[in-house]
Amino acid sequence: MRLSRWLADRWVMIVALLVLGYLALPILVVAALSFNRPSSRLSYDFNEFTLDNWRQPCATSDMCDAVVRSVQIGFLATVVATVLGTLMAFALVRHRFRGRSGINVLIFLPMATPELVMGTSLLALFVSAGVPQGFWTIVIAHVMFCVSFVVVTVKARLAGMDRRLEEAAMDLYANEWQTFRRITLPLVLPGIVAAALLAFSLSFDDFIITNFNAGTTVTFPMYVWGAAQRGIPPQVNVIGTAMFAVALLLVGLSSLRGRRARRANLLVGPAHPARRSS
Amino acid sequence: MTLLAPTRAGHPPPAPPAARSGRRRLLPYLLLLPGAAWLLIFFGVPLVQLAAASLYDPSGSLSTGYAMTWAVGNYPDVLQAYWPQFLRSFGYAGLALVLALLLGYPLAYAIAQKAGRWKNLLLVCVVAPMFTSFLVRTLAWKTILSDNGALVGLLRDVHLLAPDGRLLATPFAVVLGLTYNFLPFLVLPLYASLERLDPRLLEAATDLYASPVQAFRRVTLPLSMPGLVAGTLLFFIPASGDYINAELLGTPNEYMIGNVIDSAFLVRLDYPQGAALSFLLMAAILAVVFGYLRRAGTEEVL
Repeated sequence: MRLSRWLADRWVMIVALLVLGYLALPILVVAALSFNRPSSRLSYDFNEFTLDNWRQPCATSDMCDAVVRSVQIGFLATVVATVLGTLMAFALVRHRFRGRSGINVLIFLPMATPELVMGTSLLALFVSAGVPQGFWTIVIAHVMFCVSFVVVTVKARLAGMDRRLEEAAMDLYANEWQTFRRITLPLVLPGIVAAALLAFSLSFDDFIITNFNAGTTVTFPMYVWGAAQRGIPPQVNVIGTAMFAVALLLVGLSSLRGRRARRANLLVGPAHPARRSS
Repeated sequence: MTLLAPTRAGHPPPAPPAARSGRRRLLPYLLLLPGAAWLLIFFGVPLVQLAAASLYDPSGSLSTGYAMTWAVGNYPDVLQAYWPQFLRSFGYAGLALVLALLLGYPLAYAIAQKAGRWKNLLLVCVVAPMFTSFLVRTLAWKTILSDNGALVGLLRDVHLLAPDGRLLATPFAVVLGLTYNFLPFLVLPLYASLERLDPRLLEAATDLYASPVQAFRRVTLPLSMPGLVAGTLLFFIPASGDYINAELLGTPNEYMIGNVIDSAFLVRLDYPQGAALSFLLMAAILAVVFGYLRRAGTEEVL
């Protein structure tokens, strides 16, 4: 019985590791292809090892323009969506008001709507209102689909927060602004940062909605889509690999910081949140 | 800046002047206003516009303008013309969902219950694919499934694939791509549910002579239901509206409804038809979503 249980445990873990391999495979291929010199423009097969793609990532200059544009759009959309979404999360968690369920539906619906429908409906709006499509219509669209994800992320952090810390601050004669600045904000900040990172990655990687609202503006995913028909330059894989490395680095750093904070807690007891913020 | 609600009983707040309490009542609306307005203007209004566009006179064009004629006939027309792509979308998405459940459930279970100190690392591995571009990842499958690739060579050698058989440009490739691209959306909520599962419940079931299969069916599965429902939705919605996998890994024979909508709007510039198709897709998906939500409750999914 114990043996079969042990086997059953391992069986699940082995399957899990195989599935993780399936998830990792394309990333490994992208990394490998970033060192590839393709035999022809339309070939996707590995041909010959080279460092050229990494030495000259901007050999095809329109690709780098597209990357820069995606970063700009991602940055703008992230800032606006994070501010709007955080305010909404505060209203939903901290206040009782009429119309809450309507607001919940309004926030939930964009996440339950296929991107295709959001993209085409915005296109229908912009065309009928005579708005020329380009950089700013993309930003507007990205803010729209990022807001809901920000709300959900910040809301989760706020809901799990100990209200007694704020009450303690007020008991110690902090006024509302001080309490917010020194207690609430530092405690919610990890949630806001996570939401902003999520918004940026959603915006940077969005293709479907952008495709319908870009006019002639080309973002990185739009460049890749166009290039897929004409033949993909290997530098695309350099960008893909670099993006992956940067994201992995961010995750690694944040987990390292978390671990150090936990260790510090073990040594000297939990740091006072107010002290940490100063 | 009063983001805090009035303090709870036991800490009587300083008696607020009447004007201040009015501001307090207004505050949540002020906080909600910018975000809600953005969503209403750029999500709500466009949907109405899309609904209107789906009823435009189909004989109009972008250059001559469209007339609103309440052309309800657009709907049966597009259904008749594109029902195979509709069926294919839901067929492929459903098939991919089954595959994703078979792959994703053991993965989520292993991370939640068996990984111990490796839990966070394995979770990072689940979301890692999303660190790089969706399109670049999907193109990588073109390399993996390529006719000259190692995988096709191996399958041909062991006669699982005919000597001239291929993987790329088949329904198999499209379903595989869909499964791959949306699997993390299924695994993460499922993991969140399974992580809260108390292993002592399983021990209790085993002590009461439940076989492993019975324990799974009667304890694990029901307790993971909220995550399963949320994950299923998060997987199925984008998968059934996707057209990137069909375009990059398939051929026009594998085109899904998304490909038709894309070309209606961007190539054929037939807005009434594209709008009607979008609306039908949305209606079909919402029917599925609300069917599920009735069983799970909105807050749970959020």
